[in-house]
Amino acid sequence: MLIRKPTDIRPSEITSEENYLNRRAFMKAGLIAGSGLVAPSAMSAVVPETQGADLTDVSKSPFSTDEEPNSYEDITTYNNFYEFGTGKADPYRNAEDFRTRPWTITVDGEAEKTGTFDFDDFIKPFDLEERIYRLRCVEAWSMVVPWVGISLADVIKYLQPTSKARYVAFETLNDPAQMPGVRRRILDWPYREGLTIEEATNELPILAVGLYGKVIPNQNGAPIRLVVPWKYGFKSIKSIVRIRFTERQPQTSWNLSAPHEYGFYANVNPDVSHPRWSQARERRIGAGLFADKLPTQMFNGYGEQVAHLYKDLDLRRNY
Amino acid sequence: MTKTQKIRWIAKPLVFVTGLLPAIWIAALTVLQPSALGANPVEALLDHFGIWAMWFMLIALAVTPVRKLLGWPSLARFRRMIGLFAFFYVLMHFLTWLVLDQGLALGPILEDIAKRPFITIGIVAFVLLLAMAATSFTRLRQRMGRAWQTLHNSVYLVGVLGVWHYWWQVRADFAEPLLYAVILTALLGYRVADQLRKPARRVARA
Repeated sequence: MLIRKPTDIRPSEITSEENYLNRRAFMKAGLIAGSGLVAPSAMSAVVPETQGADLTDVSKSPFSTDEEPNSYEDITTYNNFYEFGTGKADPYRNAEDFRTRPWTITVDGEAEKTGTFDFDDFIKPFDLEERIYRLRCVEAWSMVVPWVGISLADVIKYLQPTSKARYVAFETLNDPAQMPGVRRRILDWPYREGLTIEEATNELPILAVGLYGKVIPNQNGAPIRLVVPWKYGFKSIKSIVRIRFTERQPQTSWNLSAPHEYGFYANVNPDVSHPRWSQARERRIGAGLFADKLPTQMFNGYGEQVAHLYKDLDLRRNY
Repeated sequence: MTKTQKIRWIAKPLVFVTGLLPAIWIAALTVLQPSALGANPVEALLDHFGIWAMWFMLIALAVTPVRKLLGWPSLARFRRMIGLFAFFYVLMHFLTWLVLDQGLALGPILEDIAKRPFITIGIVAFVLLLAMAATSFTRLRQRMGRAWQTLHNSVYLVGVLGVWHYWWQVRADFAEPLLYAVILTALLGYRVADQLRKPARRVARA
């Protein structure tokens, strides 16, 4: 089988941004033509191996924002993925040859369905959905990203956590041979993140496998990464190889590295500033050299869906 | 052409043009090919000017040790220009932050200076450099007497604050600020060793 590098993909094969942005008009026209005959989901997720290959049977989501997504180039060249280097363009440069097949995900801990799953089998029972979400980095910049993924809540339900499962922990692959960043102990590898079971079964989080209707590029966390839109970006762990259900709060990488700077919750919160970045405003990537910063919204604007999760929690202390 | 003339008419203009190159380069990119600055051009400009400010600061602090170690007294005549280039790049770094990053929003600017320690020390270093640049003229230097030397000795403090400013805003990968810290330590260490040697020499003569 011929595995093409991203540089081999001709520009003509990539949906132009303009066409992409017109897709709604196109979909609407299709819906009218089919006069409502479009069947509800019940598709099984299939994700080709090749980066940039088209994803099919992707449904739209009411949770998507109407804001204009960032360009494909911005989203794929400006990344924090320290396994591939600490510079923003390092992952784009260093992740090109990253192997995303064969890929396994180990599920263990407090759940009925545990074991090691092949990636393709793991995602098969679920539906692919496009979710256009705001992404807010703790470094006070933000983007709008058209992810394609599967609902994390659906995955969690499928794995049948036991009554003891209060948290879900995630781990990134730790492969020094392929990931130049992990050869130095910048963080305590492997990268780890976690959510409470209530957060993980909320309707918003997804496990993303695609971007702009195509297979997710390596530098964005291929083949499968978490997206939790109301939390700072570092919670949305990339290239996941392990999912563990635990009774006690799992350790998380940035919290281990600098506990006074990064908490377990890491909800986007304009009122709790970081020692190095005011969180009151954010720079929208792609807005240009002279654009004003935008005011940061509580829970990154997703309060309607998630504020109830924290009604008994002091968010100043549990940052 | 005498040596003095060579320095004035050839060497100094060469150093001047070389010092401007990083600014000309980034200005040309910004105007002609903005996409080369990446997805976050404001951050790219901030980093560019900050890094070059750091290098000119270190080169300025290297003039005296290199002059003494190699026995090139004329190097001293380039020190002011290099120091002013350090100030120029710090000024550009500061203006990028003030205008492009903060959008001249006074409230957030004051809050950042007061609450973000790495910004606080950056501002202190900037103000000291500003005072040094403003008093860098020969006539002012003569008129200020001993006060001039006292003020300009703060260049050592500025060097420390500059490296610290960078160190403090790095999230986890300290390789680059560590490089600057090592160079700065060597340059300041040389001066300490030099001072310690002098009294010993005097004793020996006596």
